[in-house]
Amino acid sequence: MNKVIRFLPLVLVIALGVVLYRGLSLNPQDMPSALVGNAMPEFSLSTLNDENKMVTKADLAGDIVLLNVWATWCPTCKYEHPYLLELATDPQLNSQVTLYGVNYKDERPAAQEWLTYYKDPYQFSIFDEEGTLGLDLGVYGAPETFVIDHHGIIRKRFAGALDIRVWRKEFEPLIKQLINEKLQGK
Amino acid sequence: MLNKILFILIVSVTSLLASNSVYASPVETFEFQDEVTKIRFQALSKELRCPKCQNQNLADSNSPIAADLRRELYELLQQGKADSEVVDFMVARYGEFVLYRPRVSSITYILWFGPALLILIGVIIVIIILRKKPATKENLALDSQQQEKLQQLLQGNQPTSNIDNPNITKKEKE
Repeated sequence: MNKVIRFLPLVLVIALGVVLYRGLSLNPQDMPSALVGNAMPEFSLSTLNDENKMVTKADLAGDIVLLNVWATWCPTCKYEHPYLLELATDPQLNSQVTLYGVNYKDERPAAQEWLTYYKDPYQFSIFDEEGTLGLDLGVYGAPETFVIDHHGIIRKRFAGALDIRVWRKEFEPLIKQLINEKLQGK
Repeated sequence: MLNKILFILIVSVTSLLASNSVYASPVETFEFQDEVTKIRFQALSKELRCPKCQNQNLADSNSPIAADLRRELYELLQQGKADSEVVDFMVARYGEFVLYRPRVSSITYILWFGPALLILIGVIIVIIILRKKPATKENLALDSQQQEKLQQLLQGNQPTSNIDNPNITKKEKE
């Protein structure tokens, strides 16, 4: 018994070390979204390119959707833009997944100019000037990317820039799974 | 004259200290219908955490999202929503994370009850140590064998079996 007690501090220190070491590699910004597993929130907003054209949740329905939240004031969005173009022009992905944008708290002319200049990867962009859709989605910055399945359920939220590394690690497995689910008619 | 200077110094130092305790808050003007709503707004904006700048509450943060959430909070209160409804609204969008005082749930048990548990463990350890029998006089008393050895030592008769006291043997050699 005494021997066990003698080693107790050592064991505790090692346990503490393991916990703290694990803490080093955790990303505090990486928050689980409250919305994963919930339905895409309702909205009614105009598209970026045409202020008279209103879109709602129904316009996104039926497909596996990538919903990318972006803005011209966001430097990281500029960084990820080429990769979004790459995704949008990938023929294999394109047949299964549709990319939509949410232009978050931005100015319409500046955003339109951005898409003309850098090219437009989105099917269309929802113009969320007030950030109301952003609020309902729990967006706290840009860029953020959501994966919505063919039933309109949010399956993933990713805060930060997309690039090939992130895509392979975070998105590709889920997209494959969703494609399978859709094929099986789930 | 000196007294006057001293007085001014003290006053200015204390006022400085006093102003330090009031923390800077982003400037916004909200008009409240009554004093109670205002106090509720202040309390909630201190209790809700900014999702972007994670170590600040809504009242404290300058980030755009915090400003948005303050406005949303104001509007919810103006609509006559109860505190719990406001909190539910925020949690539904930003998760449990936005609560500086997390709710009691299976993932926060350790947070809520951990400290009490640690104190309890400490108290138990202290009780165990205290309840261990302290050394009594009988325990301390030498038995007959030790008494004999002591006598030998006192008389200067080094017992031959004692090899683990090099100091004495050294002295003897000298």
